[in-house]
Amino acid sequence: MDWQDSPEQAQFRTEVADFIQARLPERYRSGDENSDETQTTGWQADRKSNDPSAKESAINWADALAEKGWIAPHWPKEYGGAGLSVMEQFIYNQEMAKADAPPVGGMGVSLLGPTMIVHGSEEQKAEHLPKILSGEVAWAQGYSEPSSGSDLASLQTRAIRDGDDFVINGQKIWTSGAQYADWLFALVRTDPEAPKHRGISFLVMDITTPGLTVRPIIDMGWQEPFNETFFEDVRVSTSNVIGEENRGWYVGMTLLDFERSGISGAIEYERTIKELIEYVNSEPENDIKTRDDFESVRHQIADRYLEVNVLFNFAFRIVSMQNSGMVPNYEASVNKMFGSETHQRLARTGTKVFGLYSNLWSEENEYAPMRSLFTRDYVRSVPHTIFSGSSEIQRNVIATRGLGLPRG
Amino acid sequence: MDLGLTEMQEMLKNGARDFLENECPEQLVRDMEEDEAGYSTSLWEKMAEQGWQGLLIPEEHGGAGFNFLDLCVLLEEFGRALVPGPFMSTVLGGAVPLIEIGSEDQKAEFLPKIASGDVIFTLALTEPSARFDEEGVQCQASVDGNNVTFNGVKLFVPDANVADYMIVAGRSEKGVTLGIVATDQDGVDVTQLQTIARDKQAEVKLNNAQGQLLGVEGEGWEALAPVIHRYTVGECAYMVGLAQMDFEISVDYAKERVQFGRPIGSFQAIQHKCADMVTDVDGSRFIMYKAAWAISTGQSDEETQMSVNMAKAWCSDATRRVVAHGQQIHGGIGFTKDYKIQLYFRRQKRAELSFGDADYHRELVAQQLGI
Repeated sequence: MDWQDSPEQAQFRTEVADFIQARLPERYRSGDENSDETQTTGWQADRKSNDPSAKESAINWADALAEKGWIAPHWPKEYGGAGLSVMEQFIYNQEMAKADAPPVGGMGVSLLGPTMIVHGSEEQKAEHLPKILSGEVAWAQGYSEPSSGSDLASLQTRAIRDGDDFVINGQKIWTSGAQYADWLFALVRTDPEAPKHRGISFLVMDITTPGLTVRPIIDMGWQEPFNETFFEDVRVSTSNVIGEENRGWYVGMTLLDFERSGISGAIEYERTIKELIEYVNSEPENDIKTRDDFESVRHQIADRYLEVNVLFNFAFRIVSMQNSGMVPNYEASVNKMFGSETHQRLARTGTKVFGLYSNLWSEENEYAPMRSLFTRDYVRSVPHTIFSGSSEIQRNVIATRGLGLPRG
Repeated sequence: MDLGLTEMQEMLKNGARDFLENECPEQLVRDMEEDEAGYSTSLWEKMAEQGWQGLLIPEEHGGAGFNFLDLCVLLEEFGRALVPGPFMSTVLGGAVPLIEIGSEDQKAEFLPKIASGDVIFTLALTEPSARFDEEGVQCQASVDGNNVTFNGVKLFVPDANVADYMIVAGRSEKGVTLGIVATDQDGVDVTQLQTIARDKQAEVKLNNAQGQLLGVEGEGWEALAPVIHRYTVGECAYMVGLAQMDFEISVDYAKERVQFGRPIGSFQAIQHKCADMVTDVDGSRFIMYKAAWAISTGQSDEETQMSVNMAKAWCSDATRRVVAHGQQIHGGIGFTKDYKIQLYFRRQKRAELSFGDADYHRELVAQQLGI
């Protein structure tokens, strides 16, 4: 066991860190002057922004990464990726997260591209992959429906064949970033008679196709990270099916099986807990340490610090397994569950520390401790245990797939 | 970065598992609960043949010269098998302080005998105050040349009933002072305590007990730091193995036990407990090994101290959650003496309390964070 880099790993880490230091646009550098909004909506929103400086930052950052071949570090070289090893990808992700640098390419890079590389035809790859790598096209994912959340395979959006086209009717929901996307990949029902997993196809389409409407959902934090997407007689060529017709469920699951270590969450929470500790220790005006409940507060802070360390180890485990040729099983579910629950506990502890001041939402208020970060995180961490497989679904997966307990 | 075991460590682990499945079955664990000595001399000798008592001891003193992380791989297996007896007290409470601060003569005198299984050691650290800090050491020590005389009471001394020697922490006018005390003298009076884990802990009354000075008079507390670090992480390794086994037994039971016409493991209420158990066991394992790694590779004092405190804080709580779920999953059968799951439940508490529980170590973490 070794928690340190090998000399080669250390060298690659320095290369990545130096690159980010040299090329990351000012807009994305951490610091009080940059708004939290910028950090969360990131690159995908900026590239469509009306603010020319935001747009320029997004383009410059994509260009800088493209020069190194680092927009898609995990894609094979033959498709324009960097072909980095598992460990190099991990280090790359770690350094990007440490610098709070926005990933470029969104769902196209992380999900659609890798799936198309496995299941797409040569024509499909030639048409779509270069545009993802150049930052020209951003993708959104249309899986969930109002009546198909955790039970995704029950989805009902219908695609009926009409000559060389499918005609799609129905509704998707939680289509993240669709308002900034150019293309959509979706799971649609192409055979309603078949068992539910076997009548689904994986379709890609231009998001401006007539009949397709994207409507942002305002969330409880006054943000619009998600959308509803409506399909009214949307015509999409049958050549836009990825993989075999009616095998779309399995094509889609390739994406979900694309295991991620969750290292960026661990790094974000570490940064947050360290900032909280620094605040508690150094704020000259504050009297947190003289409060009657401070003993409880400091133990909560210590607990959060411990949990972040445990989360780091879970992330390290995934990459260690992959690096030695093993395929993680329940381990990725552990990371998602534990990471999201740690996030919520951290937000709770932060709001506890600041007491009444945790009412403050605006990061600019002069009374706001730590830019009201915990107040907003307290609200914004709520979806974390719900999206991408809720904590309950993760526990089901751990128990059944991981531990072999019988399905209910 | 790599969180896997080396080939050698895999061999050590698999070898130990096979050995202990044969040599330390559940019946032996139960027998030793009611045995006066609390350990099997034949198992003790076989363990010495495996080289385990001497695993950490340098080759020049008859040991195998492995590192501390290797020992933790072995201790995880000990926890899994609930190995009873004075192994941890001898190795972590005896061999470790001798290796760390013993004179060349003391190393030559004792280490080969520990490695061969000929002597049993223990560490007499805690007193009726039950504190783990320097203030807890109040037993009187008076030094005369290389000899030290102890007067006082040591409490919760593991395996004192069978130990040939104990390393005693006392206090002279210069501060905490350590000595190696033979137990076969009139000044050492051992009274066994009945404990939750039915292990052997004792009250030890020292009445002009004579010993050899270990290390430097007045510098004993600093000298104990690496010993306490290792013993604490060793307890974590034992808890990890114990919790892993409790978890495996519970999952197996959940697959077999049928109620309402189906295995209870098909109910999500049970499944989610099992998912939480594996999360806690795995989390404990890596935070423990990180501390073992910090010790083995000589990371900075600050990093080592922090990682030890984090490991004990986390493992103490997390493994308690595991064994509590284990009991709940087993329902009524779980709280009978005949069924095995309670063996783990009771031993987890012993290890949780040893060298400070989660709150104690969480406090030390908070102090190091400066809050």
